Amino acid sequence: MAKELTKAEDFFLKKFNLNTLQLEQTVGKALGKRIDYADLYFEYRTNESVSLEEGMVKKAVKSVGQGVGVRAVAEEKTGYAYSDEITVKNLEEAARTARYIADDSTVGKPVPVRSGSAQRDLYPIQTPVSDITIQKKIDLLNRIDILARRYDPRITKVMASFSSEHKVILIVTSDGMIVGDIQPLSRLNVTCIAEENGNRQVGSFGGGGRGDYSFFLENGRFEEYTKEAARQAILNLSAMDAPAGTMDVVLGPGWPGILLHEAIGHGLEGDFNRKQTSAFTDLIGKPVASELCTVVDDGTIPGRRGSLNVDDEGTPTHRTVLIEKGILKGYLQDKLNAKLMGMAPTGNGRRESFMHIPMPRMTNTFMLAGDSDPDAIIRSVKNGLYAVSFGGGQVDITSGKFVFSASEAYRIEDGKVTVPVKGATLIGNGPDVLKRVTMVGNDLKLDAGVGTCGKDGQSVPVGVGLPTIKINSITVGGTRG
Amino acid sequence: MVQYENLAGELLKKATTKGASSGDVVIVEGDSFDVQVRLRSVDKLSNAHEKRLGLRLFFGQRTAVCSTSDFSRESLDRLVEDTCHLARSTAEDPHAGLPEPSPLVSPDLGLYDESLHGWKIEDKIHLAVQAEAAALDYDARITNSEGANLSHAGRRVVYANTHGVVGSYPVGSVSYSVSPIATADGLMQRDYWYSAKRRVKELAAPEAVGRTAAQRALRRLGGRKISTCDVPVVFDPETASELVGSIAACVSGYAVYKGVSFLAGELGQSVAASSVTVLDDGVIPSALGSRPFDGEGLATRKTTVIRNGILESYLLDTYSARKLGLRSTGNAVRSVGDVPSVSHTNFHLAPGNHRPEEIIRSVKRGLYVVEMIGFGVNHVTGDYSRGAVGLWIENGELTYPVEEITIAGNLKEILMNIEMIGNDLEFRGTVASPTLKLSRMTVAGN
Repeated sequence: MAKELTKAEDFFLKKFNLNTLQLEQTVGKALGKRIDYADLYFEYRTNESVSLEEGMVKKAVKSVGQGVGVRAVAEEKTGYAYSDEITVKNLEEAARTARYIADDSTVGKPVPVRSGSAQRDLYPIQTPVSDITIQKKIDLLNRIDILARRYDPRITKVMASFSSEHKVILIVTSDGMIVGDIQPLSRLNVTCIAEENGNRQVGSFGGGGRGDYSFFLENGRFEEYTKEAARQAILNLSAMDAPAGTMDVVLGPGWPGILLHEAIGHGLEGDFNRKQTSAFTDLIGKPVASELCTVVDDGTIPGRRGSLNVDDEGTPTHRTVLIEKGILKGYLQDKLNAKLMGMAPTGNGRRESFMHIPMPRMTNTFMLAGDSDPDAIIRSVKNGLYAVSFGGGQVDITSGKFVFSASEAYRIEDGKVTVPVKGATLIGNGPDVLKRVTMVGNDLKLDAGVGTCGKDGQSVPVGVGLPTIKINSITVGGTRG
Repeated sequence: MVQYENLAGELLKKATTKGASSGDVVIVEGDSFDVQVRLRSVDKLSNAHEKRLGLRLFFGQRTAVCSTSDFSRESLDRLVEDTCHLARSTAEDPHAGLPEPSPLVSPDLGLYDESLHGWKIEDKIHLAVQAEAAALDYDARITNSEGANLSHAGRRVVYANTHGVVGSYPVGSVSYSVSPIATADGLMQRDYWYSAKRRVKELAAPEAVGRTAAQRALRRLGGRKISTCDVPVVFDPETASELVGSIAACVSGYAVYKGVSFLAGELGQSVAASSVTVLDDGVIPSALGSRPFDGEGLATRKTTVIRNGILESYLLDTYSARKLGLRSTGNAVRSVGDVPSVSHTNFHLAPGNHRPEEIIRSVKRGLYVVEMIGFGVNHVTGDYSRGAVGLWIENGELTYPVEEITIAGNLKEILMNIEMIGNDLEFRGTVASPTLKLSRMTVAGN
């Protein structure tokens, strides 16, 4: 039996004075004749965050959250109830509420369960980050403050925060599985403000993942985050207003993979395709991108922010090919949508917490490397935009229209990167944008580990990645016509 | 609730014996319900109960906050220990501390509807089904639906601090929305409409909400892209509210003292067209942004933020006010697990005297914006560049829909360029605006 399961199961049973039979009985109670599937999701989570501004760590917060969600599924219908008090009585009450949707008063028998935990650990950690003393984290933030101010005298303000989460989950399903996992997650963020002659600009950088605290101290990571934030703020002091209109755009490697997340990824989530409300509905097997594009969603990369041993329905995560050489190959599925569409779950059923119903979500979404030299890609553009970092993006899944905002971008003139520009927004159409990809670089890079994706009011950590790519004629929204 | 007020008192007493010089406790307990119907039957139904307790302690000028949903004795003892430990570790901040002692006032603003308790599940489902049906049946081109969602939540908020201030109030809200999909020429468009209120009786009729949702989706069919241009832009009340929401974020005392707002240092200066007045009013009865007292136990009030174009006040809690040498405006919010911060209450741009049709008629060639997407708002610089969906205005008439465009400008200019203000102010959320016309913005397309 995997050690995560033993640890997670022991943890919950002991903490809440429950036994396996009671869990089996509760799943049984959520099941009735007309219920196809039921599950329990136990969660115990500790979050801690320290933050620095004005040269001092003046804020430290810590929270403990716990609860259980009970779900019953009948065909397309989902009934859900949750409680932050984990007792047999509350479990039974929740099971009754969840079953309401099937208008079914029959109660099922206990469901015997066996271990279904993943036989791997993508995030083995030596010491939980929450066990590292608060003083060490405070010292780190103070070092960052000094480092950023030393970078350039025009850096006038530094804000830095370190957040960590330690989450223990246990999932008990009516298909007879009991699956546990312990999920660490941490993140370091640095924001700098640069000022010069009344001009004020901001730069931000950060990273993290599901690893040890030492991750941030190794390979000069925290120094790099700090310098990047400071560099971006200083750079933006000399940035010109962004151009407006249609032009060729080169996206740099790494975080600009948010384009894939917004333009493609959401539209390939199973729920929208089952309901036929996605712009990608019924396009499997059809070309949706240029032949240069192969896009995958991979929840199995060790230590990454978007990775998971198992998803929040207990399914082991996978590497799912979404687009292969331009052809749409697959959707991202949770159990409910996979079943209704006659497909297999892909390990993408995720939820923000025990208070939320799982749905298909991305993990780490990226495009595989091509064979172009990144410099050659820039040289091929006569007049365009080179975008290397982005603030955030959004998509209208039904019409396919997406938007994202560059936080660091440059003009390309006659094959050369020239002046920095600020305030550039890219807008396009999901099913169309990857068809315009004419060059793909050999420099695939994953982002540093800060992504959070929102859908239906639920936030989950995700990763993205991209090699340098060139997109022909996309609309850039700026103020200079 | 007396038991929670007592619990809060006990925790503060225990913390004091452990050396805390002051502190406060927030407890929130509540129920929520959510149902989604799709294509006339129930898709998802969710019911929940939750409670959380947050403890903030000061050791002199050092502070920390810890919170938990586990109210067991053992857990709460640990909470006090943890908070003391964290607070002792942070830096001394000369501005940290509770507000000056003042008696708690807690007017009854009618924020909780008792009838939510007895509302039958069948009736809630029926309301959502009716609303969706009104959209589905409105036009043959409404071919699909993301469904209708109805939710309500009720909770009781308890606040206590070591100055002896103790108070609590019930608060609730109920809302539903409909998201139909219209199809033409194989292309889909989705839009939505909604009603959100404190009381069930105040909700708009499901037929009206469904019909509006359908009309909004239909008017987006056949969207075109237009050429890049500089034109007058009219924002409908929904999108104008988003612009006004950006102002709310930029007058928050925290954004101001941190220097991450383009309005920092502008108090007393002209920041908008002289016709522009912006208010924050926390005491409007039964409004969605009202609260009887703020997250630090201070009275909420009406604050004029911009009067006739002049920036008159920021929105402040005790800490940000001390940082800026000002006084709290009663805008502290306290999420249970965090230190106080600032939030608007009912934040709005005061109505003008133009009818919306009159505003559209005044535009020879321009854009009527009905939706914005993306996060292209830089509060530090005011740079504003977002994806937009709208209707093209030609000779004072709304003509064809436009999409895959962006609108861009800078918030400083945007506020100065407000040329006409509608008389159609309606509170549909916590931020509201009438129709607004800007003299020009850059619209990027082909």
